[in-house]
Amino acid sequence: MRGNIILRVASKLLIPCILLFALYVQFHGDFGPGGGFQAGVIFGSAFILYALIVNIESARRAVPAVVSRVALALGLLLYAGVGVAGMFLGGRYLNYSVLAEVPTTGQHLGITLIELGVGITVAAAMITVFYVFAGEER
Amino acid sequence: MIAEHLPALQVVIPLMAAPLCILLHRASGAWFVSLVASWCSFAVAVALLGQVQAGGPISYPLGDWAPPWGIEYRVDMVSAFVLVIVSTIGAVVIPYARASVEREVPSDRAYLFYCMYCLCLTGMLGIAITGDAFNLFVFLEIASLSSYVLVSMGADRRALMAAYRYLIMGTIGATFYIIGVGLLYMMTGTLNMADLAERLPAVAETRTILTALAFLTVGISLKLALFPLHLWLPNAYAFAPSVVTAFLAATATKVAVYALIRIYFTIFGGIDVFETMAVREVLMGLAIVAMFAGSLVAVYQNNVKRMLAYSSIAQIGYMVLGISIASVTGLSGGIIHLFNHALMKGALFLALGCVVLRLGSAHVRDLDGIGRRMPLTMAAFVLGGLSLIGVPLTVGFVSKWTLIQAALERGWWPLAVIILLTSLLAVIYVWRIVEVSYFRPVPEGAADIAEAPASMLVPLWVLAGACVYFGARAEQTVTIARAAAATLLGVSP
Repeated sequence: MRGNIILRVASKLLIPCILLFALYVQFHGDFGPGGGFQAGVIFGSAFILYALIVNIESARRAVPAVVSRVALALGLLLYAGVGVAGMFLGGRYLNYSVLAEVPTTGQHLGITLIELGVGITVAAAMITVFYVFAGEER
Repeated sequence: MIAEHLPALQVVIPLMAAPLCILLHRASGAWFVSLVASWCSFAVAVALLGQVQAGGPISYPLGDWAPPWGIEYRVDMVSAFVLVIVSTIGAVVIPYARASVEREVPSDRAYLFYCMYCLCLTGMLGIAITGDAFNLFVFLEIASLSSYVLVSMGADRRALMAAYRYLIMGTIGATFYIIGVGLLYMMTGTLNMADLAERLPAVAETRTILTALAFLTVGISLKLALFPLHLWLPNAYAFAPSVVTAFLAATATKVAVYALIRIYFTIFGGIDVFETMAVREVLMGLAIVAMFAGSLVAVYQNNVKRMLAYSSIAQIGYMVLGISIASVTGLSGGIIHLFNHALMKGALFLALGCVVLRLGSAHVRDLDGIGRRMPLTMAAFVLGGLSLIGVPLTVGFVSKWTLIQAALERGWWPLAVIILLTSLLAVIYVWRIVEVSYFRPVPEGAADIAEAPASMLVPLWVLAGACVYFGARAEQTVTIARAAAATLLGVSP
């Protein structure tokens, strides 16, 4: 795609907006439509677009396979960890109300962290799946 | 504090072990994490069984959302027993896995193997513990998706095709299950199993519920490989890595049978589906065909892994037969066979894994004189084989005895004859292996092979020993199974 200047310029403009929109969908998820899964897919798609338009090597330099693999694991650990934290603070597994002094604050905190975990894992999974399909990485 | 949270920990420990395996990235580290997780799960399961025996069913609302709105983990006798079965096999298989995985899985993927193993364990424990019909679907998919990956890691390239086939069939099964759950939800507005049981009788006479029951039955039957829906199983078991075959053969079909039991006796607990909806005729017919067809086909297999896979199909027939009798004795026969079959098939496949480790093949023609070259391994294999036949003092005898008793209680003596006949078929295929491995000379010029390493022999003999121990001292398991069956049927044991 070296020569295709329109595509390259257009995606250069689009990619930051896609990333920003992904973050909006992520963190506005507890007030409006959205949430971790959708945000993760949008976030991952920005990198996939980058890899398609520029080339896969540059994308790999931006997000090496190690990073996406670690993120994949950390997202799930964050999710499960919030659940365990609730258990240590006196609630049942995944009870958010006990996470802060005020139950509603705790609930906000809990759902935000959980969705963040989902978002990280989904974005990393999208990128990993793309890398695997795109070639060398087994 | 921990005692209160055991139901959540049962699922969370292996769940959190899976990403840790990825982070550690090295085969030895990932193996150690799965070892710790499996043994912790086993301890939790045993503790839960103790709690249930002492104080009755335990309910654990996740996130403190009260059921039926929130997801409820519910441990009664049946689920506690299945939790113990699954986690026992996990705890026994994982020390064995190290040497076997090193040989059969490429080293750069070994950490992924352990990650998938942890997820698979999570899924199966989750199926057994959840009290929510939709949550069961989620765990069913966690267990299935990870087992497709596990199967595909086999050294033989045909493993990929087998895993793909398993994926297609398994996904159809899961889809059917979720359609069934959707129909139930449409009619009752609830997903909690206990709540469903209360609301279903009011709408039982509708075509929607009948359709739901059909979808649920077919979906779960695909997962448990009940006779005409078993086509994915032989290749998946034959080409998967040996550890995976042992683990899945001993657990995956068992939890699916458990799910079937839950559907008939808990979700549809308020309706006698066996009398009013013709479930008995269908299940019993298919179970009997499975018992004959599975054993007959097993006799003609030359790959021992495939032979045992077909024998599994026959054994699943026994479990489903127990369910279809639907009396306390019959159901307890089915439940006890879950445990007993897990022990014997686990032992048989682990023994086969040792042979594959040293010989590189599980083909009958390569097994000439193997009984003299690997005496300890093959002795355990023979014990497992005797259990499969149902020789007294082995666990197989206990299962078949209970099933025959159940058949006679109902006065259905032809069933008892059928059970005996199919046991004779098991004699044929087990004897074939015994004959080859003990009565044929070691081929000329065969390289000397050592016995399997202790890390594999000890787990193998734990299971083989358990086959005899629980065969000779059957009261413990029979008592638990009867209590479980009585809970399901809502009568006193």
